[in-house]
Amino acid sequence: MDRPVVGNHGSLTPARTALLAVPVVFVLTLFIVPLAAVVRVGLQAGAPQMLAVMTSGRTWQIIGFTTLQAGLSTLATVVIAIPAAVVLALFRFPGRTVVRALVLVPFVMPTVVVAAAFLALVGPTGYLGVDLSGSIWGLVLAHMFLNIAVVIRVVGGALATLDPDLPKAARVLGASGWAAFRRVTWPMLLPSVRASAVIVFLFCFTSFGVVQVLGAGQLRTLEVEIYRRTTYLLDLPAAAALSVLQLLAVVAMLVVVGRGRSVRAATAVGVARVPRGWRQSLVVGITVVSTTLMVLAPLAVVLVRSLQIDGQWTLAGWQTLLSPAASTNAVSPWSAVLASLRTASAATVIAVTVGGMAAVGLASRGRGRWLQSVDALLLLPLGTSAVTVGLGMLLAFGRPPVDLRNTGLLIVLAQTLVAIPFVVRVLTPALRSFDRRYLEVAAVLGRSPMAAARTVGVPLVLPAVAVAAGFAFAITVGEFGATVFLASPADPTLPVAISRLLARPGALTLAAAYAASTLLMLLTIAVVVAVDRVRLSRAVVF
Amino acid sequence: MLALERVSVSYDVPVLHDIDLEVAPGEIVSILGPSGGGKSTLLRAVAGLVPYTGHITVDGRSVDGVPTHKRAIGMMFQNDLLFPHLDVAGNVGFGLRPADPGRVQEMLDLVGLRDLAPRDVATLSGGQAQRIALARALAPAPAVLLLDEPFGALDVVGKAALVLDVQRLLRDQAMTVLAVTHDRNEAFTLADRVAVLRAGRLVQVDTPDRLWRAPVDDYVARLVGLSVLDGVAYPPEQLHARADGRWLMTVTGRSFQAGRYLVTGTVGGESVTYSCGADDVPEVGQAVRVSAQRPRR
Repeated sequence: MDRPVVGNHGSLTPARTALLAVPVVFVLTLFIVPLAAVVRVGLQAGAPQMLAVMTSGRTWQIIGFTTLQAGLSTLATVVIAIPAAVVLALFRFPGRTVVRALVLVPFVMPTVVVAAAFLALVGPTGYLGVDLSGSIWGLVLAHMFLNIAVVIRVVGGALATLDPDLPKAARVLGASGWAAFRRVTWPMLLPSVRASAVIVFLFCFTSFGVVQVLGAGQLRTLEVEIYRRTTYLLDLPAAAALSVLQLLAVVAMLVVVGRGRSVRAATAVGVARVPRGWRQSLVVGITVVSTTLMVLAPLAVVLVRSLQIDGQWTLAGWQTLLSPAASTNAVSPWSAVLASLRTASAATVIAVTVGGMAAVGLASRGRGRWLQSVDALLLLPLGTSAVTVGLGMLLAFGRPPVDLRNTGLLIVLAQTLVAIPFVVRVLTPALRSFDRRYLEVAAVLGRSPMAAARTVGVPLVLPAVAVAAGFAFAITVGEFGATVFLASPADPTLPVAISRLLARPGALTLAAAYAASTLLMLLTIAVVVAVDRVRLSRAVVF
Repeated sequence: MLALERVSVSYDVPVLHDIDLEVAPGEIVSILGPSGGGKSTLLRAVAGLVPYTGHITVDGRSVDGVPTHKRAIGMMFQNDLLFPHLDVAGNVGFGLRPADPGRVQEMLDLVGLRDLAPRDVATLSGGQAQRIALARALAPAPAVLLLDEPFGALDVVGKAALVLDVQRLLRDQAMTVLAVTHDRNEAFTLADRVAVLRAGRLVQVDTPDRLWRAPVDDYVARLVGLSVLDGVAYPPEQLHARADGRWLMTVTGRSFQAGRYLVTGTVGGESVTYSCGADDVPEVGQAVRVSAQRPRR
């Protein structure tokens, strides 16, 4: 087949430049300007003082702990997720589709809800009877739950592209089953394991909501410390200095991720098969059941907690949540729900529009240096700590001369920034794989370019747009790290309200917090289910 | 009728040079040539999907500068490219405006798939999908139909039946057709005339019979399946294995076709094919001496 379509080979045409300019300016303004503000504030106090913060023993203790918890969390996630990845990728069993969708849910679950769930499981009055709040192991568990999907998707994706005959070929050559796995399958999986581990480490390193809620004020990671210095101690220069450190660490890690990125593109060739023999069936069964339990138990616990006060079943928590008048210490949960829906919807619309423009511009065949840098720039907010984004926005746009703080706009923009990488990640491959010949068929059948775009282009791209919008909504409605800096005290979003309710004493308040968490959880699940129905979830590339 | 006059296309490098070709009303012409020879580009020029120099007329009317959607041309691609968001009827009726359910049904009858109208296109077999694609292309009654490797993605069994079917159907419709293929059997089955395209130039346009009997050069001879030995082109039935044969051939393959074996091999780098009975067929890797009956050409 001859290569079709002239003039579409990655050259920066004026149209494409204009298309890419919008998202680039957007991200530069809302990401780079705030970062610059952080650095400036850090330097204002004087370089020696900034250096003093960066080199103090306390700071390095915090960095050490941040690294330790991220390392342990990553290790636990990888160890737990690999069997699930193998089973889900290679075996067919009843309910496989459901389980595959289910393991995706934790990834988009708001961190505050996850923290609340683990508080209910392993908190001071946890169902499991051990109190891991304020302990590193609580963090590890919650991070494992949040990130299991990353490993399952990346490693599972790599497994599906492996030729199932390769290990068989090794066995024909005399290797035992274990040796075939160790010498053939494992080396081929290693790059994807490594890549997913780096991503998980990055997420755990910059995790905020989980540590803030589960840490019970005792555990200090860089993120939590930045927040604490800003909010409680009003020590902006020190917060800025820590943010710069954080940023340097993240950039270093992103470079590593960038190296590992070549692992992903390949098409599936392997076919899932039914387990053979009772041993295989047992292994598959145990893995599926335990994975399902691991995903469902924390979510179920949130619901149960919302219906209990001091061990008694009651709807009081929900009544508190749903009665607009009932306001527990200046937090009206119901208005928080509305605020969340409002900001998340606005952020989703902007993120899909701006990210969509980027995706159209990036989806060209060529991969010039230029396009690669644009791609990297748009990904940057994904890897950077949300707390740094929030702090930066606060410093750049949250005080005179540009004070957007009480307009609500700042939260929307911050959430948009966090959602854009997801939109770009979903839409770019979808647009790239769109076969332009469909438009040619439409033209040959008498449709003008505009009509062809309307009758064929739009309907074929729409499912991917729906997926992108779904993800953007799920991410923004649960966004915590940046929002907590920017939310006005009187009108917080749902995750911020939950974190405040969780921090307050009182059984009724706690039940209301869990009711609010349940609501947020159901909202997220509804979005994921809707997205999964579009059957394009495989388009997501981490 | 379709006429091309001195049609040239270049992307960064020249792809087609001064193509002159006429397809008479109701005639089927196949363009035969290797991959990358510019075959698809020629069709794309006719459809107005690539810029070209020279002149193209459809039914005597110049289409130069006319956009694709106003050319009244039908086209079928290698992959069926059925729109996945429409059902079978929606696909077939796509080119009909205003909508014409009667015509859709007529087209489905024509390709023998009348019951499939409400089906999701993802559930069709490869052969069914290509038939629906053909129905879709024919529905607006185009003046010319372009077929771009329309059977290329099908398995051998489905393909043979479909090629004959499509040929009968196109004849019934008296459709003017320009088709592209790299498979000579497909070209010979389908076409009234075959145009051999080599490196962007037409080297010979003739009936299959004349291409077989009088290839203009060794390239065409080899392309249509003749063996060129010492500058002479032989069909398989005129070459035989004989102990005192003139050429030493290393056998590289054998295939059974219509009651006889076709033995292929190489003589000094030249690909050679002869036919023989089941009793005389040599082993692959064996060296045999080959001689020719009455030379041709």
